[in-house]
Amino acid sequence: MSNDVVLALVVITGLSFDFTNGFHDTANAMATSIATHALGPRTAVLLSAVLNLVGAFLSLSVAATIANGLVSTGLVTLTVVFAGLAGAIIWNLITWLFGIPSSSSHALIGGVIGATLAAAGSHAVKWQGLVSKVIIPAVLSPFIAALVATIGTYLVYRIAGSMREGSRRHGFRIGQVGSASLVSLAHGTNDAQKTMGIITLALISNGTLAAGATTPLWVIVLCALSIASGTYAGGWRVIRTLGKGLVEIEPPQGFAAESSSAAVILLSTHFGYSLSTTQVATGSILGCGLGKKGAQVRWNVAGRMGVAWIITLPSAGLMGAISYFIAHAVGGTAGVLVDLVLLIGISAAIYWRSRRTSVSQKNVNSAWTGTVAPAPGGVTP
Amino acid sequence: MDRHGRPGTGWRDPVTGWISLRAIGEIIVVGLLAGAGLPALFALGLRALGTPGKGHVKVSDEELVGGNPAGNAIAAVCFAVVLAAVGYGIYIIVISGHGAK
Repeated sequence: MSNDVVLALVVITGLSFDFTNGFHDTANAMATSIATHALGPRTAVLLSAVLNLVGAFLSLSVAATIANGLVSTGLVTLTVVFAGLAGAIIWNLITWLFGIPSSSSHALIGGVIGATLAAAGSHAVKWQGLVSKVIIPAVLSPFIAALVATIGTYLVYRIAGSMREGSRRHGFRIGQVGSASLVSLAHGTNDAQKTMGIITLALISNGTLAAGATTPLWVIVLCALSIASGTYAGGWRVIRTLGKGLVEIEPPQGFAAESSSAAVILLSTHFGYSLSTTQVATGSILGCGLGKKGAQVRWNVAGRMGVAWIITLPSAGLMGAISYFIAHAVGGTAGVLVDLVLLIGISAAIYWRSRRTSVSQKNVNSAWTGTVAPAPGGVTP
Repeated sequence: MDRHGRPGTGWRDPVTGWISLRAIGEIIVVGLLAGAGLPALFALGLRALGTPGKGHVKVSDEELVGGNPAGNAIAAVCFAVVLAAVGYGIYIIVISGHGAK
């Protein structure tokens, strides 16, 4: 009985994480299109939400990797999964508050690994899987994306540089709608899978599903809906940092950046590999700044992101471990409930804090003045 | 599991168990073709489409079609290749993603 309560809480918390994953990552697909006015902010998040929903049904290879590849399923309990999810949500909310496009995937993986470490010790973690499937590709993928986007941007300006400015802007804005749609679809095929994988892991560890079972349909549907509604909510703070903070983007650059992101994410999904879509998108946007002569890249913003990337795994891990210790100290279902109350309290506090420097579809494109929150009275150009 | 039935091989080398250089190479090469080559082709299409034809009168600064027959034909080919490549990519993802079950 009590196990079923905990299982239900794990599923709900998992779906909540998927929601934060959605709004944290809307920027990956749509930041550049919003920045260049290829799409209005509301249209952009709606389009992205619908395509995330569709994408979530397209492929299941990443879910399998997450469910089986990183921790020993036999040593993972429901409390561990819950604590990991709680840690991941808190880290996602903190980075969102600062408008940092950190990886939701790393938050999730870090949270679950931290909780597993706290519960069962280091032998429960498949370190080789972690290094070869998460850490090394995490280091490589932004560089690959940046390389592809740099070359793409260079070629696009080489070819279309002589076109009349107005026609070029118009044409590439249309191209951007297509390429941004592809990134949204790719995001659905990759990121929605991760929560499906974690919920499947919980169902397996509870004995509801046999080990090695595939993801049930109701999990796919609920995860798809959660990530889509999160995407629709729009993480305006992160959209602003990626669209305005890193590089001032013109339509041809945005188009090249999104094409690079879509190609790299879809390729990795094809390999059954769980990739950080955020890091790929950021790498691509940096690349589109590098590939255009005279474009300004704000390296201080890029540097801050780089730091966030490095600390995301350990920080989310630490939070996952702390939530596990709290739940374990109280014990049983009550422990999970205490964790839940803390999680809701902290989330509410972060949301309340975010209201003081609100970023919304109204001011997301205001001129970059060095901070996520635009100067008061800042007007959309 | 991937489409070959190996449990989540990802970028892992089946021999050493660590990162597979071949997979990285494949991602870079195919990534460049799809992620940089296709945008270049799209740019070529836009430029060809905008090439002014005989007696063309400009109606707006943002107009896309210049009305040159050869330009239009080149543009059609470019856009068709881009669309076909994208469609093929999505097709592959769907096939391999559900073959995994």
